[in-house]
Amino acid sequence: MAFLEIRDLRKSFHEVDVLKGIDIAIDEGGFLVLVGPSGCGKSTLLNTIAGLETITAGEIRINGRPVNDLHPSQRDIAMVFQSYALYPNMNVAENIAFGLEMRGVSKPEREAAVGRVADMLQIDHLLKRRPGQLSGGQRQRVAMGRALVREPQVFLFDEPLSNLDAKLRVDMRTEIKKLHQALGTTIVYVTHDQIEAMTLATQIAVLKDGILQQVGTPDQVYASPANVFVADFMGSPTMNLVPGNVQSANGTTSVRIGAVDLPIAEPTEALRARAGQDVVFGVRPEDVTDVASADRSARYVETVDCNIDVVEPTGADKFVVTRLGEKEFTARVRSSERIAPGDRVPLAFNMDKVHFFDPQTEMRIN
Amino acid sequence: MSAASNDIALRTGVITRVAIFAVLILFAVYYLLPLFVMLVNSVKPLEEIRSGNMLALPEVFTIAPWINAWGEAQIGVQPTGLSPYFVNSIMMVVPAVFIATFLGALNGYVLTKWRFRGHRIVFGLMLFSCFIPFQIVLIPMARILGLLGIAGTTWGLVLVHVVYGLGFTTLFFRNYYDAFPSELIRAATIDGAGFFRIFRRILLPSSGPIIVVTVIWQFTNVWNDFLFGASFADFDSQPMTVALNNLVSSSTGVKEYNVHFAGAILAALPTLVVYVVSGRYFVRGLMAGAVKG
Repeated sequence: MAFLEIRDLRKSFHEVDVLKGIDIAIDEGGFLVLVGPSGCGKSTLLNTIAGLETITAGEIRINGRPVNDLHPSQRDIAMVFQSYALYPNMNVAENIAFGLEMRGVSKPEREAAVGRVADMLQIDHLLKRRPGQLSGGQRQRVAMGRALVREPQVFLFDEPLSNLDAKLRVDMRTEIKKLHQALGTTIVYVTHDQIEAMTLATQIAVLKDGILQQVGTPDQVYASPANVFVADFMGSPTMNLVPGNVQSANGTTSVRIGAVDLPIAEPTEALRARAGQDVVFGVRPEDVTDVASADRSARYVETVDCNIDVVEPTGADKFVVTRLGEKEFTARVRSSERIAPGDRVPLAFNMDKVHFFDPQTEMRIN
Repeated sequence: MSAASNDIALRTGVITRVAIFAVLILFAVYYLLPLFVMLVNSVKPLEEIRSGNMLALPEVFTIAPWINAWGEAQIGVQPTGLSPYFVNSIMMVVPAVFIATFLGALNGYVLTKWRFRGHRIVFGLMLFSCFIPFQIVLIPMARILGLLGIAGTTWGLVLVHVVYGLGFTTLFFRNYYDAFPSELIRAATIDGAGFFRIFRRILLPSSGPIIVVTVIWQFTNVWNDFLFGASFADFDSQPMTVALNNLVSSSTGVKEYNVHFAGAILAALPTLVVYVVSGRYFVRGLMAGAVKG
């Protein structure tokens, strides 16, 4: 039985349905990341788990216990807020100990607990300071310390890194991951940053407009996105999605995009059945490369000559923008590759990693 | 932006500067002159006032008018001076300020952080109470005080002032707490703090400036009130303002202007003290939240 279970959760504000039947389950020690664009309901979902928002219908269970009607303080959860929400009138030690104090933990025990957490987060030297005297990264640590000290069953993180600058964000991301590995506590984490989701999660739940689009391991979500939205949302630069047409002739199936015909080596039953029909063809930029850096483990690679419109060096690689079937199309090439706009170069398509979606329903065609 | 305004200030000519300062000084004198007249004449013997110039400095310095105003002057039928009425005012002002400020803070807290259906209407009605002229409520209030059995007592006056002050104190605290981050309340909720605990441990310690603003506002209003004091107080609960009026406008005997001046200053002194002590918070508090950052 899952540790945290959300069943057919619905939430409406007046007439507006914010969450429309969410089902998620996660095992003990899992790291669930709720990801989606702003307004998709991910923070609301987190708040319902915390008990800060009531739910309209459905059930939330933590460790087998229904918590729907429990006060936030009785759900055995701790939360880290986007703004850190440190009490401005208390110093760091008091901030961390506040939750314990409210639970009637004795002073010596509180001090011991604060010391332990401060040690773990390396904030011992800050204990006497006020939040106003701390940097963004330090506040972040204190906010985590306040959650850690309670030793709850579930940690909830509400976009905890979005107020940090880019470099610190990467550092803190690693730190959260380390912390999770060390503690093994179940975590639910909200973010709109799909890279954060990929790096941290054991389970990713992609939300859009209050509807769960896909739940799965980062690998599943990335390698086999359930629909066009997930395919487009996960990954940077985003997946190339172009309209194509499935062709079938002499026993081979191919997808026709503009003037280009890409043979599909082992088409699935579902795809073959679509012969003659339009589909959305998707492939990630890293699966379209210069010929020399084509994935050697790929079973089928197709090479197509393309006209290069734009070259964007990132240092590690170069992203080149070309056109395929009148749509912009991004490929990743080695940074040592000498390519200039206007060149015509062969690009290698890794046909093991192409995706097909239904243009009407936008669902994946397996 | 600051660089641009610096430039403008530098380019101002000497003549403009002189003109500006001349006007400023003129108005300062204009506003300080009454205080000067009161001070100077309160330390002169009465003959000097009657024979001499109101603006002249005293030839003979005496503090007798002050002693007289404080402890000896005839007020109503008793030669008690203003001192018992001063005590009456203190007994009225302190609870009125404390209760109204506390309830205003509580209202502001509920209206921003524990919103309920119709919270806007409730706040709107409280705001409306700020604009009701005092005279309208005199008769209903007299009836209520009578029903409660506290007519003519200091506690009756305290009730009147708390009710009247509540609109403003609620307005002050509501606007202040509106800018207070709600995530702090949520964090404290998860930490296990209840309604009053959050109020006392999280909100109140951060409310210094607005408490000062509210206290000054409420203190000044209650202390300076004459209408309610004159309408609802008995002889033994009359506030300072009513006593001052009885002192100054008594129709019998010689008009002792020096005593009147001293009494008027005595009556104004507490509000002056409150303002001087905490005035800088008042300005800061009124500006707080006006601009971001």
